[in-house]
Amino acid sequence: MSLGPHLFLALLEGTVAALVLALTALGLSLVFGVMRIVNIAHGEFFMLGAVLAWWFGSVIGGSPLVGFLVALIAGPLIVGAVAIATDYLILRRIDYDPESTIVATIGLLYIIQQVVLTFYGGDAKAVEAPIYFRVSFPWFGYSGYKLIVAGASALLLIGTWILISRTQMGLYMRATQQDEEMAQALGVPVRRVYALVFAFGAMLAAAAGVLVVPIQQAHYLMGLEPLLLSFIVVIIGGLGNLRGTIVAAFVIGISDGIISVFFSPTLAKILATLLVALVLVVRPGGLFGEEE
Amino acid sequence: MNRRISGKVLALHLGIIVLLLVAQFVLSPYHHTNVARIMVFATFALGYNILLGYTGLLSLGHAMFFASGIYGAGLTVFYFQFGAIEAFATGVLSSLVLGLVFGLIAIRTSGVSFLIVTLMFAQAAFLSILYFNEITLGDQGIVISQVLQPFELWGTEYPFSDPSVKYNAALLLFGVTFIICIALVYSPVGRVLVAIRENEARTRMLGYNTYKYKLVSLVISATLSGAAGAMYALLFSYIGSTFASIQYSIFPLLWTLVGGMGTLIGPVLGTGLMFYLVDISSGLTESHLIVVGVVLVGLVLWFPKGVMGTIREKWLTWLP
Repeated sequence: MSLGPHLFLALLEGTVAALVLALTALGLSLVFGVMRIVNIAHGEFFMLGAVLAWWFGSVIGGSPLVGFLVALIAGPLIVGAVAIATDYLILRRIDYDPESTIVATIGLLYIIQQVVLTFYGGDAKAVEAPIYFRVSFPWFGYSGYKLIVAGASALLLIGTWILISRTQMGLYMRATQQDEEMAQALGVPVRRVYALVFAFGAMLAAAAGVLVVPIQQAHYLMGLEPLLLSFIVVIIGGLGNLRGTIVAAFVIGISDGIISVFFSPTLAKILATLLVALVLVVRPGGLFGEEE
Repeated sequence: MNRRISGKVLALHLGIIVLLLVAQFVLSPYHHTNVARIMVFATFALGYNILLGYTGLLSLGHAMFFASGIYGAGLTVFYFQFGAIEAFATGVLSSLVLGLVFGLIAIRTSGVSFLIVTLMFAQAAFLSILYFNEITLGDQGIVISQVLQPFELWGTEYPFSDPSVKYNAALLLFGVTFIICIALVYSPVGRVLVAIRENEARTRMLGYNTYKYKLVSLVISATLSGAAGAMYALLFSYIGSTFASIQYSIFPLLWTLVGGMGTLIGPVLGTGLMFYLVDISSGLTESHLIVVGVVLVGLVLWFPKGVMGTIREKWLTWLP
């Protein structure tokens, strides 16, 4: 393959990765924006989504499509329930203190990993793609499922945007983000908003996990990479800035795709981190963040 | 807390060092090795606590400083046949330089951003060790005991395979670090660091360059962590990329929180407690990770000040 098609392939891979990354990072950014906390276990919610997708696929049997569709709906719901339980049992009790939350979610990370390791095992398990077809370009064939992943992620992103900008729940979320006390005084059920936002952020990560599992295998340690990439994205995009998060996800996802295809995935991650360093030197609040 | 070190404080802390010195003659061989290991890890925790407990900066990237000590010492032994002293110095120096360069970038951020930046850089360091695998052999790790020459002093040779050499080298590092930490906490710099922890804006308003002080704190913390890493490589003779993984960033946080952050004895006690807790639980069940997880969650819910923090609050208010 010459350079042109190679670059096209890299762009395609990068775009698919960017959309999935945007979904995961959006969850993290939303939780930070509204609740001012960082969830270190965010990647584990992604991993739970992937593992549940495998589990539903193996339990339901028959056509992989049915199992996949069930997983796509039930997976995030189960993960959302875990998140609500976390909020109720832990976060609420430490009053969403930023540093205690970090420590508690590190603890949660270990607990989730260990539970998955015990019940699911330490091996990576593959999930069959629910739909199999190839899109043939003049130079190479491309997995049609990856395009479906990209499309589904885009739909979920648009759905999230509608939720935030057009619904009452979204109004509550934005009000809480702007001024928690004032929102409470005006009758916004802030505690419930917190629980729902935390669950919603986790569900976005879980949905991303369900979507990628046919491309990438499910493994109990798979959560760290999306977590770190999401961190890179939210730092560049500005913590809590949703528009910045999406833009940064595309910058990181596509450049990651290109560097991975031409050089190596490890180098891509190292370079992305150095890019963050550069951004922070110029603008400590992130590229799209507010100036301090 | 007073500016002057009281006799009580000095006696208690030096007493711990003396206790550890005497303990080597009574401990069984199994615990003997464990305590040597705990002292090296406690040095790591003490370094970490300078940043978290006394400056209020939460880092999730200290594995890179520990690993730079390990690799600085280990690789020079492996490739250039450095002696123990030179290798140790290289390890300490490399973590000092890393701490300085990293600090210049990372201290610009604060709060959550600082945490995320430390986490990401540590991961980049971890990936770099794997990426330059031909040099670091990070994948499979290196055992350096074949290459490392015994340490020589006044004509006597001290091989590192000898348990009592291990123990006393670890004790020496731990004792020196412990004294450095006491001196730092009581020094004017230490007082400013605590002021930054309590209220950074006010400290800045009083005319202190908080950026500079935080940088100093980070460099000291990184250097002590690196010293622990370098000693670990020399004593236990294994170097590998695991030591740069996120686990080794979480361990010092865990040890410090269990023992009580912002206390001097806390990190030491926390290291010992967690070491034996994991040791005992991994004998009972295979899932010792869950112990770490449950302890972390339990600490923030019911025991946020840790062992020594609670003791200081309730009984011994004179503890530093």
